[in-house]
Amino acid sequence: MRYLIKPLLICTFLFFSSVCFAQERLVLATTTSTENSGLLQILLPPFEQQNNIQVHVIAVGTGQAIKIGERGDADILMVHAKAQEEAFVAAGFGVERFDLMYNDFVILGPTADPAGINESNDAVAAFNKIVASGVPFVSRADMSGTHIMEKQLWQMAGIEPQGRWYVESGRGMGEVIQMTTEMQGYTLADRGTYLAYLGKTDLIIVVAGDERLFNPYGVIAVNPQRHPHVNKQGAEALIDYLTGQQARDLIRGFSINGQQLFFVYD
Amino acid sequence: MDYLVESLWQALILISTLDRQLLQIIVTSLYASICGVLIASCLGIPMGVLVGLKQFRGRRLIITLLNTLMALPTVVVGLILYGLFSRQGPFGSLGLLFTPTAIIIGLSILTAPLIANYSLTVVVGADQRILTTATTLGASPLQAKLLLIREIRFGVVAAVVVGFGRAISEVGVAMMLGGNIRGSTRTMTTAIALETSKGEFAFGLALGIILLLVALLVNLLLNYFQQKT
Repeated sequence: MRYLIKPLLICTFLFFSSVCFAQERLVLATTTSTENSGLLQILLPPFEQQNNIQVHVIAVGTGQAIKIGERGDADILMVHAKAQEEAFVAAGFGVERFDLMYNDFVILGPTADPAGINESNDAVAAFNKIVASGVPFVSRADMSGTHIMEKQLWQMAGIEPQGRWYVESGRGMGEVIQMTTEMQGYTLADRGTYLAYLGKTDLIIVVAGDERLFNPYGVIAVNPQRHPHVNKQGAEALIDYLTGQQARDLIRGFSINGQQLFFVYD
Repeated sequence: MDYLVESLWQALILISTLDRQLLQIIVTSLYASICGVLIASCLGIPMGVLVGLKQFRGRRLIITLLNTLMALPTVVVGLILYGLFSRQGPFGSLGLLFTPTAIIIGLSILTAPLIANYSLTVVVGADQRILTTATTLGASPLQAKLLLIREIRFGVVAAVVVGFGRAISEVGVAMMLGGNIRGSTRTMTTAIALETSKGEFAFGLALGIILLLVALLVNLLLNYFQQKT
């Protein structure tokens, strides 16, 4: 047993030290687009320093982030599916939804554009053309904000997407853009992630500017009445910060390859 | 091919400059794996030795169970513990989900059956005459067993190494229970998965190389200790 005592002691020490010396912790469940684009790495550090809080970012799809919030495993959400967010608040899981920023969804396709969409601004018509052409369409299929948007578009087009051409990937936005590039197919993406991947994909935007493709991001504190353990002060402080001038300037100034990714409301 | 060579070159640059972010990921990985395997060893080795030496009813069943648990998929461990540690789950009040502690617990559950099984095999394979010799020379049963463990320590260490190998290379538990939080629960494997999804092959590759180097280093160290003793 002598051999075991020392490692055991070290282990217990490490165990407790990690618990005791931890800063105040705020768990933010968010979408892959805000984390993978690099926005949060610019947006959060000033807040963390000012408030001495460590923000732990869980980057998943919007659907999963909302589920995490419902179970009380996060303190605050930053997601993009307005109808679901409002339902989340209405069901008492969230305190209130605040507008944070917006951009838009775009339909991406190969440069050859085999479906002949030709840079239109009609997303529904484009979906019809993609189906008619039989070229693969890669879906997130993960109940993310982008996937929810995509399902609404299929519904508007009156199409029940299924078949060999409809690829239900179940993966994050970046992975789907890469898969689509490999398959030379079409996909629906948020503009922010697409811009962040510009150097890594040769897909082009085939549809943009359709007002149905508006993509608003909201921020919601998880309701402390429902989940008493949540970091209420931290979440409130983060919402104050995110809707304040400093954060708005940071969001406005965040660009990749000279293109602004997210826009704030005036 | 150019693309791969280019990524490899960038990976080597990243490793040589030892990026701070990279360093933190490596430390998190090592910390979680080492703690997890230590706990698993404390459970697994005594269990393996006990089942190996004692004859009792249900022994075959336990051995079959241990063998089955060796095939435990990491995502199943992740899923079950996720349910237990979630705020809605029975251990929710501990607030363990999305912390390094959750990963450590997951890894110890994952590797304990492995270590137990390997220890068991070593004990069964050991020369059982050690026990009788020791007891005839006046050793108590416990002393005799400790002597046996001393004799088979190489095998036991090998069991721990196998456990460590599984812990540091698995991704399911770390991803589901840790949440891949930058600066907190991002391990080498979850970082590789993330960087691949972001198209940052160089960073992912750098981590892949380091993962292998760490495995090599651990094995060299153990080899050194084995030869010393």
